[in-house]
Amino acid sequence: MTPPLVTFNHSHPYPGKLIIVEGIDGSGKSTQLMLLRKWLESQGHNVFFTEWNSSELVRDTTKRGKKSKALTPTTFSLLHATDFASRLFHQILPPLKAGMIVLADRYAYTAFARDAVRGVSRSWVRKVYDFAVRPDMAFYFRVPIEIAIDRLLGGTRAQIKYYEAGMDMGLSQDITESFRIFQSRILAEYDKIVEEYGLIVMDARRDIEGQQNEMRQLVSKALAQYKPRRGTYGKRTLFWRRFDLPKPE
Amino acid sequence: MENARFFGEGLTYLNPSDLKGKLIAIEGTDGVGRSTHIEMLQEWLEVQGYGVVTTGWTRSNLMSKTIEVAKKGNILDRWSFSLLYATDFADRLEHQVIPALRAGFIVLSDRYVYTAFARDLVRSGDPAWIRNVFGFALVPDLVCYLRMDVDTLALRVIESKGMNYWESGMDLRLSGDLFDSFKKYQSLLIEEFDKMAEEFHFEVVDARKSPEEIQNALRSKIQPVLKNGQTMKA
Repeated sequence: MTPPLVTFNHSHPYPGKLIIVEGIDGSGKSTQLMLLRKWLESQGHNVFFTEWNSSELVRDTTKRGKKSKALTPTTFSLLHATDFASRLFHQILPPLKAGMIVLADRYAYTAFARDAVRGVSRSWVRKVYDFAVRPDMAFYFRVPIEIAIDRLLGGTRAQIKYYEAGMDMGLSQDITESFRIFQSRILAEYDKIVEEYGLIVMDARRDIEGQQNEMRQLVSKALAQYKPRRGTYGKRTLFWRRFDLPKPE
Repeated sequence: MENARFFGEGLTYLNPSDLKGKLIAIEGTDGVGRSTHIEMLQEWLEVQGYGVVTTGWTRSNLMSKTIEVAKKGNILDRWSFSLLYATDFADRLEHQVIPALRAGFIVLSDRYVYTAFARDLVRSGDPAWIRNVFGFALVPDLVCYLRMDVDTLALRVIESKGMNYWESGMDLRLSGDLFDSFKKYQSLLIEEFDKMAEEFHFEVVDARKSPEEIQNALRSKIQPVLKNGQTMKA
């Protein structure tokens, strides 16, 4: 019989460290996490990275469901929970138990925010994720909605996606307007979650280097007592080969 | 279902008050003959003039293929498995069961949340999480539990389609031997079903009897539910 996991409201007992970032699309969280990863690796840490909705099996189902627009708020929520559970078990817990650093782009808080906005019960979605471990550090990149829109339209992606804009909710026919309404509601949910779970709030309006410097300072303080553990130098560990990240299409 | 309600929380965006049909679940471990009896019940009900919709475990459009792939070893932890089944269940509930109930059909469900409860509990020892996950499920009007002891069950399964990895609970590593593992795993499930039979007031039907006797027993349990309901426009 598998022993039950530490509940979400308790920290994990493992020697590794779990650092996660949260924020709406266009907040710059992924860029910040990527820069943090570069820095940690340059410090000689063996870093594992995982991102939201990336397990192969579930991602294909989600894609199919999105395409046929057959997803309800509940099935949307449960599919993401399945993806999360699968990644937790395969990608997050093994390196944590081995004493390594795991970086996650989005965590259960993303579900808490999005699913609540889609109309799912707040306490239900928290109970569904009760098997998750609490991260050691959780950064929330807070950004005003207009800046996020400017970044998405003018920046690297130059477009807003259907579900990112909450187009399934029928808020507006105009995708930018729908994004503004949907993501504003998500921002309001995040504000509650920040208090509830004590996320570290980052001012995501600032320039990239400024944010990254602050993030590195906070992380290095948190890692002061941490003893890095690694497998063999110059060689990927067996674990890494077995669970290599699927390439995004 | 005049006073339809959910087990717990979940579908806050859906009002269950206007469900005119009846939801009847047939539970029981693998190989007790659920699907055969559901077919016969459907025939019997349709002859009487009731509209019948059947639904079954892992049969949703969204998830059936995904679950098959997962079972081939692509997902191995119990949380993912339970959540895959919950997603399948939610998809069927929202796309098949609730619309059918709203239209006044009798829905015969081959397995229900109790199957998930039993399977998860046997693996985790903790009923709270899985029950919370299925909080969005409708409480059925009637649950018939086809009960069979593990020795009879083992013989039946060997005689029909044989034992497989999942029905034997090989993932639990109760035994390296398929037959021994099957008996241990199914015993644990039967134990859980027996406990739930009391907690959730299942109608227990002895599945060791002849098919005719079982079918008659099922019909006698179902008949009162129909008479009290508003489904039949005579």
